[in-house]
Amino acid sequence: MERRSGLILAIVIWLIGAGVVMMGARTWLPPLASEHGAGIDAMINFTMTATGGLILLGHIVLGLFVWKFSRQDKITFRLAGPRMERRWSLAVALLVAAIAEGGVLVIGLPVWAKVYDTASPANALIIEVTTEQFAWNVRYAGPDGVFGRADPKRYSLDNVLGQDPDDPAGRDDIVDLNMIHVEVNRPVLIRLRSKDVLHGFFLPHLRVKQDSVPGMKIDFWFVPNKTGSFELACAELCGLGHYEMRGVLVVMTPDEFRKWKEEKRNG
Amino acid sequence: MAELAHGVHRPRSFIARYVFSTDHKVIGIQYMITAMFMAIAGGALAMIVRMQLAWPGEKWRLLGKMFPDGVEGDIMKPEFYLSLMTMHGTIMIFFVVSLALIGGFGNFLIPLQIGARDMAFPFLNMLSFWTIVPACLIMLGSFAVEGGAAQAGWTAYPPLSAVGAAVPGSQWGQTLWILGMALFIASFTMGGLNFVCTILDQRTKGMSLMRMPITIWTLFISSAIGLLAFPPLLAAAILLLFDRHFGTSFFLPSGLYFGNGLLPNSGGTPLLWQHLFWFLGHPEVYVLILPALGITLDMLPVFSRKPVFGYRLTVYCLYAIAALSMIVWGHHMYVSGMSPYIGEFFAIGTLSITVPSAIIGVNMIASLWGGSLRFPTPMLFTIGTIIMFGTGGFGGIFLGNATSDIQLHDTYFVVGHFHLMIGGVTLMAAFAGVYYWFPKMFGRMMNETLGKLHFWVTMPAFYVLFLAQHFQGLGGMPRRYFDFDKFEYLQKVAAANLHVSLTAFVLGAVQFVFLFNFFWSAFKGARSVKNPWCATTLEWTEASPAPHGNWGEQLPEVHRWPYDYSVPGAAEDFTPQTAPATVAPVTF
Repeated sequence: MERRSGLILAIVIWLIGAGVVMMGARTWLPPLASEHGAGIDAMINFTMTATGGLILLGHIVLGLFVWKFSRQDKITFRLAGPRMERRWSLAVALLVAAIAEGGVLVIGLPVWAKVYDTASPANALIIEVTTEQFAWNVRYAGPDGVFGRADPKRYSLDNVLGQDPDDPAGRDDIVDLNMIHVEVNRPVLIRLRSKDVLHGFFLPHLRVKQDSVPGMKIDFWFVPNKTGSFELACAELCGLGHYEMRGVLVVMTPDEFRKWKEEKRNG
Repeated sequence: MAELAHGVHRPRSFIARYVFSTDHKVIGIQYMITAMFMAIAGGALAMIVRMQLAWPGEKWRLLGKMFPDGVEGDIMKPEFYLSLMTMHGTIMIFFVVSLALIGGFGNFLIPLQIGARDMAFPFLNMLSFWTIVPACLIMLGSFAVEGGAAQAGWTAYPPLSAVGAAVPGSQWGQTLWILGMALFIASFTMGGLNFVCTILDQRTKGMSLMRMPITIWTLFISSAIGLLAFPPLLAAAILLLFDRHFGTSFFLPSGLYFGNGLLPNSGGTPLLWQHLFWFLGHPEVYVLILPALGITLDMLPVFSRKPVFGYRLTVYCLYAIAALSMIVWGHHMYVSGMSPYIGEFFAIGTLSITVPSAIIGVNMIASLWGGSLRFPTPMLFTIGTIIMFGTGGFGGIFLGNATSDIQLHDTYFVVGHFHLMIGGVTLMAAFAGVYYWFPKMFGRMMNETLGKLHFWVTMPAFYVLFLAQHFQGLGGMPRRYFDFDKFEYLQKVAAANLHVSLTAFVLGAVQFVFLFNFFWSAFKGARSVKNPWCATTLEWTEASPAPHGNWGEQLPEVHRWPYDYSVPGAAEDFTPQTAPATVAPVTF
């Protein structure tokens, strides 16, 4: 009876281990379209491989123990001494420390530092994104490179960003809704603000995610390196329209981008 | 001996015995049954969530009748969906798993396993339970108020949770959520204080700390972490209440614009709430998972007939996890706008938790080595717990790492991960515990055939369901979405939602087998002998169920650790903790 239970359980455990690894070996991440994203993918792939190996090993061993020791009526090993306990624990500690801490220190944090602790390159295209329920308001500074003044006190249905009509710097600003146009291979600096609740600026293909927080101005940058249209999703629960707060990032060649800007300014 | 005689005296009236009881065993069972009741409610919410995700936009006539506001014209509204998932999370974490593991097993087991007559403060214990009951009613009742139950997620991030105009559930539903949570925290604080005092002060003669079963260790450490971590959430909840109703701006900055008007608030920040919430929220997951690990480690010796592997190191690792759990809350906030430099600290700190956790995991597997394994239902669920802990734990390495968390934060990877950990590990262990201690509670055994059916559906279904969500998350599927039709890139990964939902329905349905087994066996199950599992711990030296006051005239005296199975030279393959060294050698 115990032998049969042990064998069935062991087979299920082995199947689970094999199933996890087979599923994990498939490609799940959306196709990559940014420079720093390669580092994030490397981090995820390293962890996938390392933990996949450990999960497989763990299930093989657990299944083996369950099967083997369901077959004996008397125990064959009783109590480990303190030294043996310590030795096993040390081995385990070193292995997972190498994978977890080693992974984050060697692969992870250098990428993190490049994304967050480094100033954006001087040629970065600066785009202001102001979130509100349930839309992305996008603003470009225009040829003068300066954003016009904006103040929450001027918020209205016609003036969603609270722009100051008297500020000359603001006259050439380009304002757009739910569409962000950028140039391929040119760094993009997003200046993120929120008018009401938290939102999350999530570009799955570019491995970019940053919450917008009312009362804060958050800068971050990335380099899109593939042309095309990429969806922008809201990642932080923002209310009943959270699931349909969709935007699009259009990555264009420099020529296309110049044309788009001119059209936008003339139109 | 007057005090002792008083302690043994059993109350006569029905109300004093079963309703307003100060007996820890009755209170433990009360907690457990309350948890089951809330699990039905919380589970039903999850099923409705999965119905929407499987068949978005479908008409639901019964739901339309039950919730005319939320399911208007038989079609579910997004705000109702947000109420469902918010209350599912809140109820399952605080009112099911916390109640079952801490309130249920904690109350039932602590005095029985340390040789005490009752908790240190029996009246406080009763008060703690009766504070939970209104909290449960308030949470469930919040569905009936205007705007519906809270809709800001179980994390209740402001401004969504602070401004009534932000989402319908932030009218009265969110206020009731705060009141319910405040009562829960009050109750947990009373209970936790009681647990810590009882374990430190009420152990019987010979029950040194290093002779306590690991379950008691974990309950002790969980209570201690809870006592340190819950008060900040209570403070935060009160601040949120003030922001909502009394015009303060703790979490609200200037420039907030709702419904075509500027709010008068200024000076606060939403990030403050996130820090306060996760200062509790992260330790809380250890509060829940540690007792589950304790139960697992205590089950293994019984069903392998040999001592647990690495008792000392397990205890040290529990302390290490407890200490680390208090300083890693920021890993929930890597992309929240918090300083990225602090993110680096939290990443390194969080990943160091893998070390003690992995040691405990390996100790579990190593405990099987050389044993003579038996597989009644509690052991099956114990093996299930180990499987969930392994896979779920490795998911944490992705999320604790700030760099991979950029992509995975707020996706279904997180949903899958925490369901395996604070859903799978805790529930598997709780099931193991219920099947195992049921004879101690009711003097009867639960039905084995039904128990095995319960396990063989629950474990694979649970695993497949939440493993799949990890992969959906890797595909970039955001959590808390009412439907996934709006995004092109999600079409492929979201297609699995139908299968995930069907698995969830199977998982939900089979829990009724357990509920039936529980209540049927309590009255009709086969009568149990005193020590049906041939176990060594103190509770099995008394009659099942144990009498009021737990022990006869004399408290038991402990002579050994709780894992003296298969002691060489002993007459039987288990030597109770009460057996003196003259009966069998003390081996630890």
